[in-house]
Amino acid sequence: MAELQRKALPVIDPEFTQRYHFHGGLKLPGCREAASGRPIQPAGLPSQLVLPLAQHIGEPAECLVSPGDYVCRGQRIAQAVGSISAPVHASTSGTVLTVEPRPVPHPSGLPAPCIIIATDGKDSPAPDMPPALDYLNTDTDTLLERIRTAGIVGLGGAGFPTRAKLARRDAIELLVINGVECEPCIACDDSLQRERAHEVIEGVRILRHIVQPAACLIAVEDNMPEAEQALRAALAARNETGIRVVNVPTIYPTGGERQLIKVLTDREVPSQGFPADIGIIVQNVGTAAAVYHAVVKSQPLLSRIVTVTGDGVQTACNMDVLIGTPVSHLIAAAGGYTDQIERLLIGGPMMGYAVNTDAVPVIKTTNCVLAVTARSMPAPPPAQACIRCGKCTEVCPADLLPQQLYWYARSGNHDAAQDYGLFDCIECGCCAHVCPSHIQLVQYYRHAKTTIWEQEKQKQKADIARMRHEARLVRLERIKQEREEKLARKKQALSGKSAGDEARQAAIQAALERVRQKKEQAATPPRNTDNLTPEQLRQIEAADRRRRDRATPPQDTD
Amino acid sequence: MEFKTWSSPHLPVEIGVNVIMRRVLLALLPGAACMTWLFGWGVPINLLIAGATALGAEALMLTLRGRPVIATLTDGSALLTGALLALALAPLAPWWIAVVGTAFAIVIAKQLYGGLGYNPFNPAMAGYVVLLVSFPLELTLWPAPGNAPDLTTTLAMIFTGAPPGGSSIDALTMATPMDTMRMQLGQGVTLEALGKQPLFGYFAGFGWEWVNLAYLAGGLWLLQTRVIQWQIPVAMLAGMAAMASVFHLVNPEHYATPLFHLFSGAAMLGAFFIATDPVSACTTPLGRIWFGLGVGIITWIIRTWGGYPEGIAFGVLLMNLAAPTIDYYTRPRVFGHGNGAPP
Repeated sequence: MAELQRKALPVIDPEFTQRYHFHGGLKLPGCREAASGRPIQPAGLPSQLVLPLAQHIGEPAECLVSPGDYVCRGQRIAQAVGSISAPVHASTSGTVLTVEPRPVPHPSGLPAPCIIIATDGKDSPAPDMPPALDYLNTDTDTLLERIRTAGIVGLGGAGFPTRAKLARRDAIELLVINGVECEPCIACDDSLQRERAHEVIEGVRILRHIVQPAACLIAVEDNMPEAEQALRAALAARNETGIRVVNVPTIYPTGGERQLIKVLTDREVPSQGFPADIGIIVQNVGTAAAVYHAVVKSQPLLSRIVTVTGDGVQTACNMDVLIGTPVSHLIAAAGGYTDQIERLLIGGPMMGYAVNTDAVPVIKTTNCVLAVTARSMPAPPPAQACIRCGKCTEVCPADLLPQQLYWYARSGNHDAAQDYGLFDCIECGCCAHVCPSHIQLVQYYRHAKTTIWEQEKQKQKADIARMRHEARLVRLERIKQEREEKLARKKQALSGKSAGDEARQAAIQAALERVRQKKEQAATPPRNTDNLTPEQLRQIEAADRRRRDRATPPQDTD
Repeated sequence: MEFKTWSSPHLPVEIGVNVIMRRVLLALLPGAACMTWLFGWGVPINLLIAGATALGAEALMLTLRGRPVIATLTDGSALLTGALLALALAPLAPWWIAVVGTAFAIVIAKQLYGGLGYNPFNPAMAGYVVLLVSFPLELTLWPAPGNAPDLTTTLAMIFTGAPPGGSSIDALTMATPMDTMRMQLGQGVTLEALGKQPLFGYFAGFGWEWVNLAYLAGGLWLLQTRVIQWQIPVAMLAGMAAMASVFHLVNPEHYATPLFHLFSGAAMLGAFFIATDPVSACTTPLGRIWFGLGVGIITWIIRTWGGYPEGIAFGVLLMNLAAPTIDYYTRPRVFGHGNGAPP
C-alpha cells in the first residue's frame, strides 16, 4: 500500500542537481557573520545547573534524584516516560539542591519543574558509563537503545526524541542531515560543521547505518561555503562516497523540515503526517554529532553549541555550553550586556520567543540566545485594520491565506480557521513580518491553536467523566441487586423450604402483576378526564353538544 | 535581570499602510499632471475639494465613532479615496459634485461599514456611481482636451455653475471620445469615418492616450515597488482587450479596436489604481485574476452597449459583490494537501 502511494510522488534524483521551490519565504538580512567568525569557545562551568524535566516534545521525564544526592557527570537524573520522551543527565558532578518549578525557556513564560544542581568543579564522571560501541558490528536495536538512553532529541529546535524519529525505518529512500540554519543570526550549526565536521560525518554514518536509506545527504545553505568545504574535506579524508553535501538557496524558512524536503526532492510531507510517510527522514547536524558522542564516546547529551549574539551583548560568539547553564552565565562569558539591552530572545529573530529573565537555562533545544536593543528590534507599532493586501499570502511557505486565518482566528470561528489550514501553519512569522498593518498574526494563530487544543482536552475530559458516571450507575445498580439477592437468600434460609416456595411464588406473581400494570400504563396513558366529578362530566357533555350543533351547517332553505 | 517580552517575529517591520497609500498617491501624479495639462485648472481644483472633503468627512465620522482621529487620518486612505474620485470627475463640474460624491464615499461606503478594511465596496467608485446616477449632466462637463479654459473661467464654472461674461457652457465643453464613439457607432457611422475626426488621436481618443500612458507609467512603478500585485491590472486589461478583439475582428466597422479601449477613458486608472483596492477586491492570487477579468469584461460591455459613458465603476462594484464568493472557491492548495502527497 505504502509503495502504491509513493508511486505518485516525485522521483528523487540520485544526483540532486536540481533545487525546487516552496511557495513564499523571505530573503532576510543575514546577521550570522557576527558570531560565525570566531571559534567555538567553552562557556565554562556555572555554579548552578538548572535542568528542566521537559526539554523535548512529549512526556516530561520523571525525576530520579532528591535534594542532597550527589550526582556525577553523565548520571541519569530523570528517566523517560513512554516512547515519546527522553531522559535527563547531570551535565557535571555536584549536589542536587532542590527539585522545584523554575523559569524555563518556553513561550508561555511559565515556570516548570527543574532539577537544580550545585556544581562542585570536579566534573567526576559516573562510574557506570556504558561501553563505546563499534557501530558497524553492533545491531540496530542496541544502537537505538543507546540513542534513547543518551537522551538525544532533535537539536534543531523542535526537540523530538531522536529514537522515536528513527522508529519508522521501512523503505526510507533518503536520509537528510539538516545543516541549514533555521533563521538569520543563528550560527551554531554553521560553526559545528566548520569546526567539528568529523563528528558530524561519523554521526551521519551511524545514522545511515541504522536507517539504511537509498541515499544520504547533508544540506547546507549556499552562504556557508566554509561549512560545505569542511564537510567535503572530512568526507574525502574517509573516502566516504555514500554521503553527499548539497547546498540550498538561503531563503527563510528553508531550515524547516518540510520546506527543506520540498527544496531537495519536490515532495511534500502530508499535512499532519511525517517525513517517513514519504520515505524521508531528516536529522539535524547537531543531533548527528550527539549520536556520535553517545555511540563512540559513550557520552550522553550533556552539552550543545549555542550562538550568543545580538547588539545587546558585547561579543557575539558560539559557545559549547553544558545543558542547564543559566543564560546569565553565557552572557557573562560573552562580556556582558550592552547598555541599551531591552529584549532577550531564545532562538532567532523570526521564531524565537522573548523571555523575561536571564535565569532561564540552556536546554537541549536552545540554539541561540539573542540579546537585542530597541534600535535593532523595536517594539511593533500599534496594529491597524487588515486591508487584505495579500502580502502575507505571497510569503506564506505553507500556501495559506493568513489574512483569512486572522479573520477567523480573531472572530473565534475555529471551525473555519481549521478549514483554512490553521494547523498547517508552521508559525514561521513571514506573514507578520511583511504585514503593513503590523498585525501580530502569529500570536492570533497560536492563540487559536491553543484554544482548540484546550477545548478538545475539555471535551475528552467531559467524555471520560460521563463514561465514569455511567459506569458508576451500572455498578450501583449491580450492588443493589446483589444485596437484594443476598437478602432474599437469607430470608429463604430462615423461613425453611416450603415457606420459601410460597414466598417465591408470591414474589413471582407480584412481579408479573407489576409488569402487566406497567404494560397497561404504557399502552394507555392516563387521561385527565379519568377521575371527574359528576358536575364536571355534565359540563363536558354540554360543551360537546354545543360543538356538535355548531358543526352541523344550517340547512339550505332553497 | 528583567526583560520586556513581545510575540515573534521580532525583526523590524518593513512598511506600513501609510507608506502604501502614500506611494499610490505619488504614482497618481503623472496621470494627474497630464490631465491638468490637457483639461486645465479644474483637475487640481477638484482634487483639492475632494481631498479636503474626504479628510473632513473621515475626521467627523471617526469622532462620532469614538476612534482615534489623527492616527487614522494619517494612514492616507481617505485622501486616496478623495483623489481617485476627483480624477474620475469632469473638470468643470460644480464644486458640490466633488463634495457630495466624496462625502458619500467616506461616510456611507467606508465609515458606516466599519472604516478602512471593512468596506465591501470600493468607496471612490460607490461615490462616483451615486453621482453618475443622480447628476449625469454635471459629469459631462469635460473641456476639449488641450483647449482648457483659463483659471478665472474655470473658477467661475466650478463655483457659480456658469462661465463669466454670458458665454455658453457648450462652447467650453465637448463630448469625450468615448461618448462620441458610443453614440456615433450607434448611429451607424463607421469606425473609419470616426477615426478621421479631430477628437481622435494616434490610436485612441486625442489627449486621452497620453493620460492613460501616464497612469500606466504610475501603475508600472507600483508594480515594481510591489505595492500592488500584477493579477488584477493584467487580468482586467486582458479581459477588456479580449472582448474588444473578438468583436472588432467580427465586425471591424462597428466595434472599436482593443487599443482604443485600453487607452481611453479611465482604463489605466481603473486597472492599476481603482480595481486594485485590496479591501474590496479578491484576496486570493487566483481570485484576483477572475476579479480583474470580470471588471474588464463588464467595463467593455457597459462601454459598448450600456447607457453610461464609462463602465469601470460598475464593473468594479459588481465584482466587489462577487469577491467573497470568488475568494471562497479560489483558495490555494495548502502545502501537504492533495497533490504531491499521498492521501
